[in-house]
Amino acid sequence: MQKFYTRISQITGDVIVVEAENVGNTELAEVITRQGISLAQVIRLDGNKVSLQVFAGSRGISTGDRVRFLGHPMRISTGAHLLGRIFNGSGMPLDNGPALSENLVDISGPSMNPVKRLIPDKMIRTGIPMIDVFNSLVESQKIPIFSIAGEPYNELLARIAIQVEVDIIILGGMGMKHDDYLIFRDTLEEHGALSRSIVFMHTAADPVVECLLVPDLCLAVAENFALEGKRVLVLLTDMSNFCDALREMAITMQQIPSNRGYPGDLYSQLAARYEKAADFDGAGSITILSVTTMPGDDVTHPIPDNTGYITEGQFYLKNGAIEPFGSLSRLKQQVNGATRDDHRLIMDRMIQLYADYRETQEKQAMGFSMSAWDKKLLRYGKLFEEKMMSLLVNIPLEDALDLGWEILHECFSPEETGIRKSMIEKYWPHMYAGKTYAR
Amino acid sequence: MVTARFDSAVMQNEVAYILHDEERLKSEIIRVRGNLAEMQVYEATVGLRIGEVVEFTGELLSAELGPGLLGQIFDGLQNPLPEIAQECGFFLQRGVYKKALSDTRTWDFTPVVKPGDRVRAGDRIGFVKENIFRHSCMVPFSLWGIFEIVSVEHAGPLTIRDVVAQIRDADNHIIPVYLAQDWPVKIPIRSYAEKLKPGEPLVTKMRLIDSLFPVARGGTYCIPGPFGAGKTVLQQLISRHSDVDIVVIAACGERAGEVVEILKTFPSIHDPRTGRPLSERTVIICNTSSMPVAARESSVYTAVTIAEYYRQMGLHVLLLADSTSRWAQAMREMSGRLEEIPGEEAFPAYLESRIASFYERAGMVRLYDGSTGSVTIGGTVSPAGGNFDEPVTQATLKVVGAFLGLSRSLSDARRYPAIDPLISWSKYPGIIDRKQKDRGHAVLRKGYDVAQMMKVVGEEGTALPDYVDYLKAEFFDFVYLQQNAFDIVDEATSRERQVYMFDVIFRILETEFSFPDKGTALHFFQQLRQLFKGWNSTSWQSREFEAAENEVRAFVSERSGAG
Repeated sequence: MQKFYTRISQITGDVIVVEAENVGNTELAEVITRQGISLAQVIRLDGNKVSLQVFAGSRGISTGDRVRFLGHPMRISTGAHLLGRIFNGSGMPLDNGPALSENLVDISGPSMNPVKRLIPDKMIRTGIPMIDVFNSLVESQKIPIFSIAGEPYNELLARIAIQVEVDIIILGGMGMKHDDYLIFRDTLEEHGALSRSIVFMHTAADPVVECLLVPDLCLAVAENFALEGKRVLVLLTDMSNFCDALREMAITMQQIPSNRGYPGDLYSQLAARYEKAADFDGAGSITILSVTTMPGDDVTHPIPDNTGYITEGQFYLKNGAIEPFGSLSRLKQQVNGATRDDHRLIMDRMIQLYADYRETQEKQAMGFSMSAWDKKLLRYGKLFEEKMMSLLVNIPLEDALDLGWEILHECFSPEETGIRKSMIEKYWPHMYAGKTYAR
Repeated sequence: MVTARFDSAVMQNEVAYILHDEERLKSEIIRVRGNLAEMQVYEATVGLRIGEVVEFTGELLSAELGPGLLGQIFDGLQNPLPEIAQECGFFLQRGVYKKALSDTRTWDFTPVVKPGDRVRAGDRIGFVKENIFRHSCMVPFSLWGIFEIVSVEHAGPLTIRDVVAQIRDADNHIIPVYLAQDWPVKIPIRSYAEKLKPGEPLVTKMRLIDSLFPVARGGTYCIPGPFGAGKTVLQQLISRHSDVDIVVIAACGERAGEVVEILKTFPSIHDPRTGRPLSERTVIICNTSSMPVAARESSVYTAVTIAEYYRQMGLHVLLLADSTSRWAQAMREMSGRLEEIPGEEAFPAYLESRIASFYERAGMVRLYDGSTGSVTIGGTVSPAGGNFDEPVTQATLKVVGAFLGLSRSLSDARRYPAIDPLISWSKYPGIIDRKQKDRGHAVLRKGYDVAQMMKVVGEEGTALPDYVDYLKAEFFDFVYLQQNAFDIVDEATSRERQVYMFDVIFRILETEFSFPDKGTALHFFQQLRQLFKGWNSTSWQSREFEAAENEVRAFVSERSGAG
């Protein structure tokens, strides 16, 4: 049925109101303008007044333009033929490949039944000691990188993407700078990971509505792969732009804002996306790693605050390193008991000593005199930062644990570490020909 | 939000179904204006069109109450999730509703009344055995007045659809009584003789709570805390160890992963009181964060209704709501869609009264037959930015009897449980002697003051007696208030053991030690701490327990004797 509606009665922000009949909520429409055809989505129905959110933005839309309803909600093609492809926030190809129309699924599908979830218990190794040793990443976890503008969060994300063992990587970029996008693409290509990746890219220059669709597109495709038994890693950067786009739309729609202008359903909106991370009973899994930039490094800002309540911990990236304090993987207990018997011990003890180091550092800054113990702590803290915290370090978990023992050995006597004797006997390195070896 | 035009009478909060193609979508009327009814839909509204037919049911949103609730996992509208999973697979399909209780399962009924007996709403007709409990079959709570039993079913197997008795009212109407009954969730069940003052402590086996900030049976408490401070872990431990008959868990707007953990672990954890799996005494209502928001709002009511139902049988029930902030946010979302004038932080103006009336459904009651039952409500609060000044926390603090405030700095310092003893409070009497308890609080406050001072003047600038006070407070915190959740003994401490240990520690705190210098004092308390840690992980009154105790006593008397 090719029925066109031409009565556009209102244009505010990226929302237009057209008079039409028999339209379904959240249905998709095409707006045909002089500039071309843009997709739009129904966001409110009031009698015969249909509010449409225009993906390409409302600029250049005339009250005399035509609107055609497609009779279905937003859909995306899924399947193996997407691998290696790059799309924009409306699902249109950004590479030179063909547009896709096979195997379409509705985006933002229903919520998963909690009883069909599994308790996550498989560790994902990243080669980054601050993650593997201290806050292990777990399959089906949803975890953001909390960071501030200027930190190398995209580099970190790209590095994790190429190093982890998953079947498929789906990258969703929201409000990304074009050069960041190129960095991602090149890194994936360089390491041969592009062929198992799918990219949905919304750059800062694209219409804001498309930004809102990126997570849903990524997760709909991911869900489809996961149901086929694949282990999927979804990378979303930067979710703060997604939230800002939500705010922009809410205000355009004259919704009552709750906190700093953000809509009252920010939590539910974020949860609807993050909760797609799951370990399916009898199929694959979805792991979500995202970036949330904190305006003014303020963790109580509504975006990181709401995110923190939803996600299973966070990696706190500050001064170019993952901070041990403030970072947390809520699922680490599920996996770090089964790696090596000294894993939890090294994790706890090294962090406690590092906390002592920070205290000593404060004391030093205030001009208190340094005891012998204080000096040892200062040395330890420095080594810890250089050898463990630096993002340049790229070693497997076992080597990182050995390295932990070496650092302890270099700074303290066995008694000073407070580690129980049996473990000291098993792991304390001893000197051999001037070189330290882990036992 | 859907608005429907109606032509016959409708009722506020009436349940209606929107007929969309093959689907029937459940919704509730939340505002009536002229001949327009505004409804919140308990489902996603994708694809709904103008002009679709709405079917009004004439009934309020109700919970089905009867045997078979225990061990179940329901969504916020009391749909059993495992059955939905069987039918629909991985996802929650829209418009699929299932009966909460099985129609076909039979229960062994035993009558306790005989024809001619006079009964009223809430009185027992008989009972069936549900797990280890005597599940009472009661005269429907919705009836008014005195009734006479006309007939009652003999002992034997019955389903919830079978009539167990017939009763006659003053006007000679015969009313059938079934094994199960419905009750509108937003209205409290009031079929009891009187509501009592909560006074009996509810032992959670968490030392910090029981000893310093006790919770009472039939009382209320709240646990506010920033994310990652351990609210959920704390609630889970309370649900495992609390001295109650039944636990109802309302996972409201939180992560599905948390529910999964309860689902998968509770069947294999045994209740120390009965030896039966914990799942047999637990009902889970879960409306996790990605499930429809309107159903989230009703989930806490469904949960408290089930709790009240078991209370009517003379059982002690604990309701854990995690998190009430998500519930408040659901109200905020609905209020926003209704375009109501917003209150603070856009929460609706009726936020406080809704929170108050929810917590007021807790209570210890004396039933008509003289027995008592209770509903204790514990709610977590997730304040935005971890700031306790926000509206939900403040509204909650006004109505609860105990406040267990979690602190980010304590959880960062890996002190567990991260309840801040300096801001928390409780109005209930506890298990520890009042004088000793007050002394404990005083020691902690003093220790905090000294610690603050030490930050400025350093350890060198602190006087020795002050320093010792600081060490005593730290000692108290480490060996008594903190509990190791990974140690099977230390994880839960019985009432007797708490009273005993508190007394020992009280004596140590009251002892005047004389130390030659700070180093010796520090060393002494470090060693004492080590001894206590060992003592804490020995089982109560075992030989190891006594050995550890003797060692502690000898160690302390050596130092205090010398001084």
